[in-house]
Amino acid sequence: MSDVILEARDVVKHFGTGGRFLSRAPVVQAVDGVSLQIRRGETFAIVGESGCGKSTLARLLMRLLTPTSGSVQFDGREVSGARGEALKTLRGQMQFIFQDPFSSLNPRMTVGKLVGEPLEIHAPELSAQARRDRVADLLRQVGLRAEHAGRYPHEFSGGQRQRIGIARALASGPKLIIGDEPVSALDVSVQAQVINLLGDLSRDLGLTLVIIAHDLGVIRHMSDRVAVMYLGRIVEMGRAEDVFAEPRHPYTRALLASIPAMAAPEDHKATVRGEMPSPSAPPPGCRFHTRCPFAEARCASETPVLSTGDDAHAVACHFWRDIAAQAAPPTPPRRSAEAEARFELYRAATEGGTVTHKTATDPQKQTTKTTERI
Amino acid sequence: MVATYSDTQQDNLPGAELLSLTGLSLRFRGQINDVVDDVALEVRRGEVLCVVGESGCGKSVTSMALMGLLPADSAQISSGILRIEGEEIDLSSQTLPVSMRGNRVAMIFQEPMTSLNPAFRIGDQIGEAILRHQGGTKPAARARAQDLLQRVGIANPAQRLDEYPHQLSGGMRQRVMIAMALANDPQILIADEPTTALDVTIQAQILDLIRDLRDETGMGTIMITHDLGVVAEIADTVAVMYGGQVVEQGPVAEIFDNPQHPYTIGLMSAMPRLDAPGGRLAIVPGTVPTIANMPEGCRFRTRCAFAAAACVARPALVPVAPDHAVACHFAPLETHVAVLA
Repeated sequence: MSDVILEARDVVKHFGTGGRFLSRAPVVQAVDGVSLQIRRGETFAIVGESGCGKSTLARLLMRLLTPTSGSVQFDGREVSGARGEALKTLRGQMQFIFQDPFSSLNPRMTVGKLVGEPLEIHAPELSAQARRDRVADLLRQVGLRAEHAGRYPHEFSGGQRQRIGIARALASGPKLIIGDEPVSALDVSVQAQVINLLGDLSRDLGLTLVIIAHDLGVIRHMSDRVAVMYLGRIVEMGRAEDVFAEPRHPYTRALLASIPAMAAPEDHKATVRGEMPSPSAPPPGCRFHTRCPFAEARCASETPVLSTGDDAHAVACHFWRDIAAQAAPPTPPRRSAEAEARFELYRAATEGGTVTHKTATDPQKQTTKTTERI
Repeated sequence: MVATYSDTQQDNLPGAELLSLTGLSLRFRGQINDVVDDVALEVRRGEVLCVVGESGCGKSVTSMALMGLLPADSAQISSGILRIEGEEIDLSSQTLPVSMRGNRVAMIFQEPMTSLNPAFRIGDQIGEAILRHQGGTKPAARARAQDLLQRVGIANPAQRLDEYPHQLSGGMRQRVMIAMALANDPQILIADEPTTALDVTIQAQILDLIRDLRDETGMGTIMITHDLGVVAEIADTVAVMYGGQVVEQGPVAEIFDNPQHPYTIGLMSAMPRLDAPGGRLAIVPGTVPTIANMPEGCRFRTRCAFAAAACVARPALVPVAPDHAVACHFAPLETHVAVLA
């Protein structure tokens, strides 16, 4: 069995946008020549801003879209041309988690039906009772209760709905799950619960995860390897710790410097100005050169190639060595020892430690407000 | 910085008190619990106050109440005094003087796509805000609108005046919203999640803009956000809200270096960190109770790992350091609580 579970080779996806009589339609170059290899059991993240083509790429990998050219292979089999029975098998092995737990679940189906539906398709041999048991198992696996099967999606909070979406994705017993912004619609405290769940599942079930996200903190925490996309191309790819500690592409540096509180406020002004150009008229040469503080004449004419080979940290920039030499990468903020100590105390308490109260409460701290009201 | 500012008490100087809100309590009609419960906030000149909390904590409702945007038939304000530069307004009357909204207090929203009218040109929308409050001629309003667009960093302002919102990107629409908010030189800008819908590089640009405007005009800013990163970036002072109550407030450095309330600590621990990745994230167990199921006393106690019998009584906001107050019976945790693994 090969180490690579999913491979994209020079994948291109262009969308026609209609056009008018006698005028040529502008073509949106959503994904333009992306090659990547995702290894069995790893968590691979694709990061970039809106319009960079990351969601299109995810849908190409899943064969929810067919590439204009190039090939995608899952477990050595071509994905792009799959149809019929082959496509059905493929769908069972690759599943998708969507961003919005509010719109991705059918409000008229019970949770049991929602989670059981993939089983009806991928495991039709199961009896109704066996299917109900399997649904109960799946719900427990994602931290819900078996009796939740009889309820409807609207009865659940956002975090619980995302758990239902995850249970549904797990139902067919996939080897790989692609999550398109799986936690970005959730509040911080709930987001942490879902991130932990995904981490546990990938470890326990040996799942390969592909995470599409824009939140760099989430990506740093979850992923083993990262690809940074800009305007349809991968500009940097490598192990998460390398990309975050020593970003090579000016765009990656800009992204990291833009994280609030990541850099001193003055640093922002030196990062990127302006906004991403339209993918229907991308700039020639390096697509980032219009916003790059380090751009030179060569960048506008010559397209930098994503260096590959045995170097595990690839970058598509003509001048990354010079840039790395002249500017230090942004560094994360430090926390005070006092804060760190409280974080430890909190973690110990929430992870099942026994809490004892050393002092009785200071009665002066209590107000009578509550009692007055009663 | 805050401490040195507060030494100067003259008007128009940074640090002079600009806005104070005391005792704001309100509930939606038909509910048995307050969605905003005895909230007090204070903003000084040239200062950014960040109100931070998760969905349903009451932060947006508080800002709507300040703007008089809560319709009296659905929300009932039982108490609340707003003071702006010495003028006192009783919010429980639920009518805000016309001179206040959009003039002395301006607001920008999360969704620049839906806050602008798609059927009107940018110039007309900004001009309307000027004509409504300052009067004058249409050409004068147009000239002023062009200045404002220039000031918020929009290229080719003369041309943009005649464009419609759909012709602008999300970041530019938010700049237009800020230009509209600035039209009448407000003393207070309320920004409700102004960068949440934007990409991280554009977010950095908008935060820079808000910071520059604060420095230029000395206006006070109330920023509503769920993102602790944004708080660290732009806040001078912070109020952490949970279940309609302020549970901790203080200068930004104090909140980050000396977090006291278990909820503040939990929020910070639950954020994925760039400097210490891997492993499991600490969590805040459970979810926010609905307003009907809010517990008596400390509203966080049903999710708090340190809760004890004492928490049935509501803890007051008690100072723990200069300007830093916490509503927890057991703060600071390390002196009151021990945890055995």
